Amino acid sequence: MSLGEYFELLFTDYTLGVITLGTAILGAVTGMLGSFAVLRKQSLLGDAISHAALPGIALAFLFTGAKDSNVLLIGALISGLLGAFWIRGMVKNTHLKADTALGLVLSLFFGLGMLLLTYIQKLPNANQAGLDKYLFGQAATLVASDVWIMVAITAVSLFILLLFWKEFKLLLFDADYTKTLGFNTRFIDTLITFFIVIAIVIGLQTVGVVLMSAMLLAPAAAARQWTNKLSVMIGLAAFFGAFSGVFGTAISATQSNLSTGPVIVLVAAFFVLISFVFSPGRGLLFREIRFQKNRRELELKKTLQFMYSIAKTHEDISHPHAVKILNNFQGFTRKTLQQMVDKKWVTLDGTMWSMTALGYEEAENLYSQT
Amino acid sequence: MEKIAVSVDDLTVAYNYKPVLWDIDLAIPEGVLMAIVGPNGAGKSTLIKAILGIIDPIAGSIGIYGKPYEDQRQKVAYVPQKGSVDWDFPTTALDVVMMGTYGSLGWIKRPGKAQKKAALEALEKVGMLPFKNRQISQLSGGQQQRIFLARALVQNAAIYFMDEPFQGVDATTEKAIVNILKELRKTGKTVIVVHHDLQTVPEYFDWVTFLNVKKIATGPVSTIFNDDNLTKTYGINYKVSLQQ
Repeated sequence: MSLGEYFELLFTDYTLGVITLGTAILGAVTGMLGSFAVLRKQSLLGDAISHAALPGIALAFLFTGAKDSNVLLIGALISGLLGAFWIRGMVKNTHLKADTALGLVLSLFFGLGMLLLTYIQKLPNANQAGLDKYLFGQAATLVASDVWIMVAITAVSLFILLLFWKEFKLLLFDADYTKTLGFNTRFIDTLITFFIVIAIVIGLQTVGVVLMSAMLLAPAAAARQWTNKLSVMIGLAAFFGAFSGVFGTAISATQSNLSTGPVIVLVAAFFVLISFVFSPGRGLLFREIRFQKNRRELELKKTLQFMYSIAKTHEDISHPHAVKILNNFQGFTRKTLQQMVDKKWVTLDGTMWSMTALGYEEAENLYSQT
Repeated sequence: MEKIAVSVDDLTVAYNYKPVLWDIDLAIPEGVLMAIVGPNGAGKSTLIKAILGIIDPIAGSIGIYGKPYEDQRQKVAYVPQKGSVDWDFPTTALDVVMMGTYGSLGWIKRPGKAQKKAALEALEKVGMLPFKNRQISQLSGGQQQRIFLARALVQNAAIYFMDEPFQGVDATTEKAIVNILKELRKTGKTVIVVHHDLQTVPEYFDWVTFLNVKKIATGPVSTIFNDDNLTKTYGINYKVSLQQ
């Protein structure tokens, strides 16, 4: 199947449509909520939470014996929340720093999860096969009801986001100040964490425990490069996430043996790469271009300054001088001289240059700016 | 007898086992411009944070015009240390100043025209109006400090707490900030500033508190800002007469 065929099939093939819609919505909601994690410098929290969800999935299966994805995800939600609040408690009540707490919870829960998974695999229950898909995710297992849950969760989190927009922004920027204004910061904080956990949990089926944090971070990190406005950043992150979902699904559907989750994550990572290099304000490319331009500009002005020091010793500022006398000056090349002519700072007549009134004025003002 | 704006009784704060503030009593009269001075680690910022309820004290009570802080929030504005936030946050100068109105708005309600007008006026007051749409990371340190000051001005409080507002700003900005502080005092506000530069205390402030975990002294600059109290606070021989 080619990409073209895929996009044709998208609107006729029900399964493909459902899966694509699911990954798109997943990308949008994780991109949106991931922005909060990134701005709170809690990027790794997502990683810890997604790993912490694994034992919940395993335990939910052990207790119910059913492989219904909704039941398993409730297990994931509970153990993910447990992990998240355990991390917060640890940071607050012990001397441990956040990275240590994150690492501890991540490995502890993930270890427990893997242990339970291997135990489940040895059970004489034919139903157990495929539980390990939650490790790397499997978009193909998405059905319409899963997608509806995603839609509902996205709608609720969007509503909460808009409702508490002001409070969220305030807390993200300045938590102490938020407290002095009388807002219950613990409530806002818990709300944000709760929705981050939910976003992770609904992505587990598609992207899996191991790669889920990339879905939170990559779209947000890419979006931050393009804008200095919070609302635009969150919107862009949602868009990048959705696009990664659709495009990742498309690529994996058109090739055999490419799992969807990793491909979606790679597409999102590609967005990050492009953004880091090509975004106009913060991108490496434009920063380098600006840097070079400023440097050339400075060289030009240095030469002008030197010419000025010569010209001002004469009564007539446009008194011609030999180009040769500039040779002692390091910043000077033929090219800079031509650029100065283009700027009408000097005129050139054979091997002689003379300063214009414009150039004289420019040089006079060079160091007067404060 | 003048009114007491801020009263602190038996305040003790500790991080883990180490006391940072020990049994502090303070009565700050209304309308003073007060400096809190003391060496590094003396608990100056902690004192402000404890008064504002950012840090929970082990013991002691706080009164803002005789009532608990929770009931008097609208009367208090806070200028945190500039370094306490991430200035790369995606927002503009105007937006940060608008945050000063959030407290009076309360939950959920969005700022409207009145709030924007107040924010623009505050920006004007600190001379930052031309920068209102500037992304905050593109402001200089002094400009960022002015933005923080404007955010507090918008709160239109009776008492202002400022944590090292002169840190890392140039002479021009320092002067501008001092003028605003003096203006605040002129309109009857109480201003409490964590301050580092002892030389400027007599010039900028009329009231001073010496702090080094314990309260050393508090009162008018003219009577208590002397070598004796400085030595008690800093532990070495200090001469106030440096600047004369």
